[in-house]
Amino acid sequence: MRNARAVVGQPTPLIDGIEKVTGQAVYTADLPAEGALVGRILRSKEAHGRIRRIDIEAARALPGVRAVITGADCPLTYGVLPIAMNEPVLAREVVRYRGEPLAAVAADDAVTAAAALALIAVEIDPLPACFTAAAARAPDAVALHADKPGNLEREVHHRFGDVEAGFAAADFIREHVYSCAEVAHAQMEPHAALASFDPERGQLLMQSTSQVPYYLHLMLARCLDLDPAAIRVVKPFIGGGFGARVEVLNFELITALLARASGGTVRMVLSREETFLTHRGRPETEIRLKLGITAAGRLTACAAEVVQRGGAYAGYGIVTILYAGALLQGLYDLPALRYDGYRVYANLPPCGAMRGHGAVDVRFAFEAALDALAAEAGLDPFALRRANLLAAPTETPNGLRVESYGLGTCLDWVEAASGWRARRGRLGPGRGLGMACSHYVSGAAKPIHWTGEPHAVVHLRLDFDGGITVLTGAADIGQGSSTVMAQAAAEVLGVPLARVRVIAADSALTPKDNGSYSSRVTFMVGNATIAAARALRERLVAAAAVLLDAPEAAVEDAGGQFHAGERVASFAEVTRAALAREGGAITAKGSFTCPEPFQGGKHRGGAVGATMGFSYAAQVVEVAVDAETGAITVEQVWVAQDCGFAINPLAVEGQIQGAVWMGMGQALSEETGYESGLALHASMLDYKVPTILDSPPIAVHVVESLDPNGPFGAKEASEGALAGFPPALAAAVADAVGLRMDRLPITPDRLLEALAQRARAGRLARALEVA
Amino acid sequence: MQMQPDAPPAAPRRFRLNGRDRSVTVPDHALLIDTLRETLRLTGTKQGCDGGECGACTVLIDSVPRLACLTRTGECEGRVVETIEGLARQGRMNRVQRAFHEQLGTQCGYCTPGMVMAAEALLRRVPHPTEPEIRAALAGNLCRCTGYVKIIAAVQAAAGEG
Repeated sequence: MRNARAVVGQPTPLIDGIEKVTGQAVYTADLPAEGALVGRILRSKEAHGRIRRIDIEAARALPGVRAVITGADCPLTYGVLPIAMNEPVLAREVVRYRGEPLAAVAADDAVTAAAALALIAVEIDPLPACFTAAAARAPDAVALHADKPGNLEREVHHRFGDVEAGFAAADFIREHVYSCAEVAHAQMEPHAALASFDPERGQLLMQSTSQVPYYLHLMLARCLDLDPAAIRVVKPFIGGGFGARVEVLNFELITALLARASGGTVRMVLSREETFLTHRGRPETEIRLKLGITAAGRLTACAAEVVQRGGAYAGYGIVTILYAGALLQGLYDLPALRYDGYRVYANLPPCGAMRGHGAVDVRFAFEAALDALAAEAGLDPFALRRANLLAAPTETPNGLRVESYGLGTCLDWVEAASGWRARRGRLGPGRGLGMACSHYVSGAAKPIHWTGEPHAVVHLRLDFDGGITVLTGAADIGQGSSTVMAQAAAEVLGVPLARVRVIAADSALTPKDNGSYSSRVTFMVGNATIAAARALRERLVAAAAVLLDAPEAAVEDAGGQFHAGERVASFAEVTRAALAREGGAITAKGSFTCPEPFQGGKHRGGAVGATMGFSYAAQVVEVAVDAETGAITVEQVWVAQDCGFAINPLAVEGQIQGAVWMGMGQALSEETGYESGLALHASMLDYKVPTILDSPPIAVHVVESLDPNGPFGAKEASEGALAGFPPALAAAVADAVGLRMDRLPITPDRLLEALAQRARAGRLARALEVA
Repeated sequence: MQMQPDAPPAAPRRFRLNGRDRSVTVPDHALLIDTLRETLRLTGTKQGCDGGECGACTVLIDSVPRLACLTRTGECEGRVVETIEGLARQGRMNRVQRAFHEQLGTQCGYCTPGMVMAAEALLRRVPHPTEPEIRAALAGNLCRCTGYVKIIAAVQAAAGEG
């Protein structure tokens, strides 16, 4: 590889950005499908109950109705984890949450589909329902799933290091309970799918709002009992995901079942309300955290008990509860850790993976506890973090490898940029500064579906036109992964970016990819792209050697042309020679595999959290608190993230800003609420994502630690900064008004109540003093 | 999208759409978003919510930003309607589109058509807006990707060009 980077490292507008700003980008709901039937889903109004009867005869008889299906039409369950596929496509026998699909119709138009749904008669005998983790864990609670008594989906008990000795050695200990509300992704594009079934050939074409087209392919084959070769999955433009679409969702399978039942094409566009009910958000989480430090600020031990309310089905739940424990490590040098995690079922829409999967809520607790300990010990919060930095390369007590570590540099930048030393504690009443750190994985080192194949495979195609086509299964969902792959290929081959096109996520054309989650794509698919480009370059060099009549070792690839001594051959000439030599169009393959030593500790669940590269972030948040209204205004954020190397600095900055901002929503206003299982938040008005009026300037500094295994040294860039925001905000509020808020979101009413409580306690204390 | 079975008879509606005179025959209560997306196949205008909450369907009617999901097609009679597809000239992005592209004011792109139309309306009315004016003008348009930082930068860049 040439040393001077021509393409990577350059701020690069998205290669599909022009389509997005001109309205030409075709999202799933935009796909042309003349005459497509309209799909609609009938959803349960009961949170828990036994289905006595679903009568679809009247609906089926309605003119214009082409198919009506129920759980009877699909006996197989599905799910993202091979060990926990317990979700029916449409409820069978038992319904477990309000909004669960009971039946679905395909009709000539929306009016007929709605009329058909109204004709379906449903009788459900209610069962006692659990809406909180505590209720679900109560001794007399009715089990949602017969194989999970006590509604305990998974408990985790991990011990690393001598925790008791650690606490005994601590000079300061904080033990406190923190709680975080359930939140949702609220990606701007509602869910949609378009499925075409050809009954003559028995073939299915599926296009859907998916981050995981390959998993969708697997689940379609399973639930429709189809030969995988009879299925083609194509990903259109995707309007965001943030984890909402990293597992196959019921509406996708329902759309395919309707297409087969009707022998045609079915378009399913979910409403915003249905998109919320499909859910897979971050679970409501309670964390009892105990943390010890020495007087000098060294961490001695951590004990965490975490309860996650996971909703009605498994989804990613086992992974989420394992992440929450594993990622207590990997950020600081923490010698001893005890983790007890409980993932609990409840009669609510299923939770899943959301940006910062598993790490965010425990990081809030950990950093909030650190901030309190710093105050108690009389240490500066920055000094406390600096006392516990890791030294890469290293391995944490729970088996996580850390190969590159730029947290110290991140701390230095945000401390200086925010004017921390001069300004903290001197901003005047009601204003404050707070800081926190966070980290995240660059892809899970052990894939969910272990097949023995590489973690990522990319094909590069070169034909007569001299253009490079990157064929990748990686799903660009707006994060800019296709642009990264184009940059990587252009860089290695020394061709302009404009000569590279990317064809992504079409199972008929592109090699399979596990999908866009756990920030795996840049790291794994990026490395595979580099490998493919190198393989292609070798073949071009071989052709150039013949053309230039020189040994291969004498051929120099000078970026777009090839030299051998004085002789020069252009890229076009070498392409022609290579095509003639190899008998036509060339396809070069590149792959990437995370080596076994990176795949985590040997303990049960040890694969979760293991990665080849952690990103690191530090941030400072400045707030103004209105004591009259309880409103918190975020004035400014300074964030630095070690992403190894910024392949596309423009996109890295955008991802970091987006992650910080999403953390702000969780910290201040976002919450999915339920009343007896009824979603109270299922609109963009009731689920309060910050508007542009609420959103602060976010100054970003990129730290490049050049990870030894990352593509060009790159690591994760889009999740790591999220988890730092809520604790940095809580610390800023503590700095501003002297109250440590321990429950997210910190809404005006909660802050007002806390202020009022403190005032009452103060009055009481004064009264007692007088008495 | 939800038409009533006993819909009143459709009448032709004439308006100027993206520089062309158009006539569409749709029921009186047909929403503009459905007429654009389904009847005219202009799918650049997006639906992101169940009505009036997200701004993704923002179009311009006589240069004023309006939500196509809350506007009856009939209200457009004789008016000038512009959608995201109408901003480019000979396939070239206009200044707002170019700025959103170059400044990464778009990530997933789903809110982008509405965001660009709202910004376009602002810049026609206020060629050099202050940051608070930009925020006020885009307050009805939700974005879940950018944190709005680069959206504001894009509008400022577009204003600098104009």
